Order: sequence, then structure tokens, then C-alpha cells
Amino acid sequence: MAGDLDVVRLRDAVVLSNGFPLLSGVDLDIPSGSLNVVTGANGAGKTSLLRLLAGLVALSTGTGTVAGIDLIEGDQRQLRRRVGWLGHEGSFYNDLSVRENLVFAARALERPTSDIESVVERVGLAHRVDTTTKKLSAGQRRRLGLAWLLLRRPELWLLDEPYASLDDSGRTFFDDLLGDVVAGGATVVVSAHDPLRSSALRPRTILLAGGRVVRDSA
Amino acid sequence: MIRVALLVAAKDLRIELRSRVLLWQVVPFGVMALLLSGLALGPDHAGNSSAGPGLFYLVTLFVALLMINRSQAIEGTPGTKASIATLGLDPAGVFLGKSLALAVELWVTGLVLLGGAVLVLHTALHGALVALPSILVTLGAMSAAGTLYGAITAGGDGSATLLPVLTLPAFAPLLIAGERSFSSALHGGALWEWWVILAVALAAYLAVGILLYGVLEES
Amino acid sequence: MMKQLSQRLLGPVTLVLLALTFWLGLWITPPDKIQGNLVRLLYVHPAVAWVALYVSFGTATIASALYLWKRTRSFVVDRIAYCAMEVSVVFIGLTLITGSIWGRPTWGVWWAWDARLTSTAILGVLALGYLALRRANDDPALRARRSAVFAILSAINVPIIHFSVQWWKTLHQGATVFTSTRTLLVHGSMAWTLLISFLGFTLLFFWLLRARYRLEVQRETMTSATLDEALASRRSEGAF
Repeated sequence: MAGDLDVVRLRDAVVLSNGFPLLSGVDLDIPSGSLNVVTGANGAGKTSLLRLLAGLVALSTGTGTVAGIDLIEGDQRQLRRRVGWLGHEGSFYNDLSVRENLVFAARALERPTSDIESVVERVGLAHRVDTTTKKLSAGQRRRLGLAWLLLRRPELWLLDEPYASLDDSGRTFFDDLLGDVVAGGATVVVSAHDPLRSSALRPRTILLAGGRVVRDSA
Repeated sequence: MIRVALLVAAKDLRIELRSRVLLWQVVPFGVMALLLSGLALGPDHAGNSSAGPGLFYLVTLFVALLMINRSQAIEGTPGTKASIATLGLDPAGVFLGKSLALAVELWVTGLVLLGGAVLVLHTALHGALVALPSILVTLGAMSAAGTLYGAITAGGDGSATLLPVLTLPAFAPLLIAGERSFSSALHGGALWEWWVILAVALAAYLAVGILLYGVLEES
Repeated sequence: MMKQLSQRLLGPVTLVLLALTFWLGLWITPPDKIQGNLVRLLYVHPAVAWVALYVSFGTATIASALYLWKRTRSFVVDRIAYCAMEVSVVFIGLTLITGSIWGRPTWGVWWAWDARLTSTAILGVLALGYLALRRANDDPALRARRSAVFAILSAINVPIIHFSVQWWKTLHQGATVFTSTRTLLVHGSMAWTLLISFLGFTLLFFWLLRARYRLEVQRETMTSATLDEALASRRSEGAF
């Protein structure tokens, strides 16, 4: 049953791309301050669901609100400013350094750039702060993405397969960080093939198949 | 809008300074194209300064196409686009910022090519300097137009080949006005009509860009 | 009922007007004092040019503007814009061809760097660019948005191109039908034939637009499954 504090409410959400239903009728409520893992096979619709919540794709039919903003009638630009996105593709300007990418994000959101030092320290990139992004490893790029989100402090975190190509220490670092973020009141939605990796955190697990929710541990 | 424009312009120019694509690829291409145009005219006509303005703008036009592609490529991967989209930047500001950065890059390249036109096409230096204001405005209008057309073609099938198809007709009046005003600066003649064309084109592209760039960036 | 009647009559009325145009133009109206029988192209070229530059391109532009405005945004207006632009290409082509046929004996060349010819040719390239842009994007909403913005940009460019080329060089004659003070220069049967030709070709545009629109709707229906079928197929991927 939907609660007043739900950050996400979707009812029969359908997302079409060239007539193909990426999502074929999703019903989902996500309460504030929760950690959620969306799992499923390749092509199940995990990334599409996260992109819908980020306001990066349009809702074709059905209804939905994210962070109180209607997905059809609401201001999509406002929605995007309230969510934090970490994709599995490269997310930054390759020719700018770690610091320059974060300064750009901070200034875009009118946040103080003085927070950058502590954020970079937290994600373990202090020694690479002046390195150009294209010279970072995949794991370091993932950490830069987290730094970006920590700087932004969005109320909804959307992480698309963040554990891919991370070693065990990297995964542990991610788990610790996500735990802190949720404890701080943010809502986190992670897409992952293998939900067991984040079992230390006891997240809610949402299984997608054929563009719909087929199992929900809530 | 202005704050975002300056932020985006600074970002694009910093990327350009870091990557040096302009310095090592675009400017050499422009210089080579200018030399080839002289070769195409043949030795009897290559040094004829009346051909200078037209060839200058023709080469600048092709250089602009490369740089428009580069300006869009900076936003690069779908991942970068998604991350930047979540910053919720004012699209009008983004348009102005990218146009400004592209204009600065075109002005720098234009100055190099102007020097080339003076040297190899025997364009009169004094006339070239008198034509400088109209050249800057023409290239500014090209930047605004190019930013819009670049956004229209970005990410689609064959976007690199589609861009010239869409942009060249729009550049035609800029080419004409630019060439005519450059020639008038060299040989005398009325300039005001060409300034009207340039001013109207620049204003029109800026207005459409400010109003509609957001539509092009919608999900 | 009126709408159905007008739709049924569109084709026959168009054919009658065009037939009248050709009959009057080829047999009834006299040759010109200076141009001789070459003047008979007057009953085709200006009308075709009028449709190309104003009616069809104008329809595509207005439909594109309606698509960009959220209140009137729909794939219906997007389809109208696309179909109108396709028909534009045909009429622009006819304008250039009939103009060249007239120009060869008059100016001695098939093509001249004249203001109107050049600006019309550039308009033709813009229209072809629009069609190329349509093919570059599969996503219907993205395709519609980008095409609409491009159509608006092209419309803005039309007067800019026109005046820049006119100030650059002109060989084409000035006003042929009306003076700047709206005095009619053509008289008698020539004037009537000209009027009928304008009406006929304008209706021809709307007839072609309607036919092309219907074809486009049929094509979209054939190539895409209904939403229900697509959803059912997608959901079956998740069946356990």
C-alpha cells in the first residue's frame, strides 16, 4: 500500500522506445530512506526503470511520481536536479580532471566548491584529484561518480550496475558508502545482476522480467 | 541563463585547451584546405586577391563543420549525457555557452586562416583588418547556427554526414554576406546590406536557440 | 457531412481546374507580343512556385510549430509536416525544371546564378535535408522534435536566403503579375487562366497531401504492432 513518504510511486508504468515496451506495466512504491536492489536478467528493464526514475526517458502510459514530481505533467528538469544518476557507461568529461569535473558539477548546482576536498577524500581519490578522467581505471571512475553524487546530495540515488568490474574491496567500499547514504536519509535504488553481493545491507530486492516487477521482497 | 552560459563555455574551452584538437587537427586542416584552394585555382589565379574572400569563407565553412561535430562530441557518451542531464542546466544557457565556446574557437581559427589568405592568396592586409569586425560577426552567426544544427543531428544515424547536409544551406547566406562584406572592405562598396543580413541571422539563431534548445534536449 | 463532401470533391475539382488551365493555356490564350508561345509556361511556373515556397513549405512550418507547442503536440501534426515537406520537394523540383525550360531560350542557359533560382535551389536542399533528418532517427518523438525545430529554422532562413541572394545578384524579372501598388499587369483571358492555375495547383497540393498522409498512416499501421500486442509479447518474456 502506498505511503505518504514514498519517494517513488509507479502505477502500470509503460515506457516505449520505437514501439517496443522497455517497461510493460510497472507497479512500484519505494519509501523514503530505503535501500532497494533491482535485479533481473539482461533486457529485463532494469536500466530503463532507473532511467524513468531519473527523468531521462518519458513515461508513455500509466502514472508515476518521483520525489513528488509527476512524470508526465511535472517539470522534468526539476526532477533531474533532485536525483543522482550513476550509469555503467562513462559519465564525465574525459579531458577534464577529477577536480575539474566536480567543480563543474558543484557550480552547475550552485553548491560550494569547498566540499570537493572532503568528498574526494571520502571516495579515496585524493591522490588522483588532478588526474584526467580518461586516465582513471574503471573502479576509479566509479568512485568519481560517487564523489559526484556525494557532492550533489540528491534525495534519490540511482546506481546502474555499480558493482560491475569492481574487486572485493571495491564492493565493500560501495556497501559501506551506501549504508552511510541511506542512514543519512537518502533513498537508494541500485540495479545489479547478482543481489547477493549487497546482502550485508539487507536491501529490498525487486525482480524484473519482461519489463515488469515479478517478485518483490518488500 | 548567463551564469550557465559562462560555465558551459568555460568547460568547453578548457576541454579544448586540454585536448588540443583545434591546434593539432582543425587549424592544420584549414591551412591545408586554403593551400588546396590555391592549387585548384592554378598559379595564374591563385594570387588574385579577388578570390581571397570567397575562398577564406569556403574553407572556414568546412572548418566550422568539423568544429560543430567536435562541440557535440564533447558531450560524448550516452553516460555523460545522462549525468549532465541530471544537473538540470538551463538549456538556453547551455546553448549560449556552447555557441560562445564555438565562436571563440572559430575566431581563433579564422584569424589564422586570415593570415593564410593574406600570405598565399595575396589578400590585402589593410583590407583584411578592415573586414575583421564583419568576419567576427559572421563566424559568431555560424557558431549559433552550428550549435543548433549540431544538436539536431547529434546521436542520429550518420550524424557526421547529416550535419553538412542540414547546415550548408543555412550557411549559404552567411557565406554570401561574409564574402560580400569582406570584398567591400578590400575594394570598396556598400556594406550596410550585408551587416543587416548578418545581424538578422545572428539574432534569429540566438532567439530560436534560446527558445527551442530545450526541446532538442528533452528525453 | 460537409467535410466528407469536400474531401470527395477535392480530387475531381482539382482535375477540372488543372484541365481548364492546360486547355486555356495551350489553346485559348494568345501568345505574348515578345515571348511568343513561351509565355504559356506562365500558367504553370508561377503557380507551382507559389505552392512550393508558400503553401507547402508554409504548411510544413505551421504544422511543425504546432508540434512544438505542447497544447497542440501530436503525431497527427508531425505527420502533416512530414507529408507537406515531401510534397514541397516535388513542387520545388517542378519550379526549378519549369524555370529552366523557360530560361534556356530566354537567357540562353539552363541555369543562371539568379537570385530566385539560387534561393529556390537552396530551399530544395533544405527540404531534402528535412527528409534526410527524418530517416536518421527511429524514435518517433525524437524524430518529430528534431524535424520540427529544423523546419522552423528553415522557415526563418527562407527570407534571409531570399534577400541575401537578391542583393547578391538578380537576373530573374521582377513582379510579373502585380506591381508594388497592386496594379494587375496581366489582362483578359491570360489573367483568368493564371487565376485558375493558381487555384488548381493549390488544390493539387492539398490533394497530394491528403493522399500522402493516408499512405503514411497505413505504413505506420502495417509496420507497428498495436500497443497491446507489444505489451503482451514483452510480458511473456517474464513468464515463469
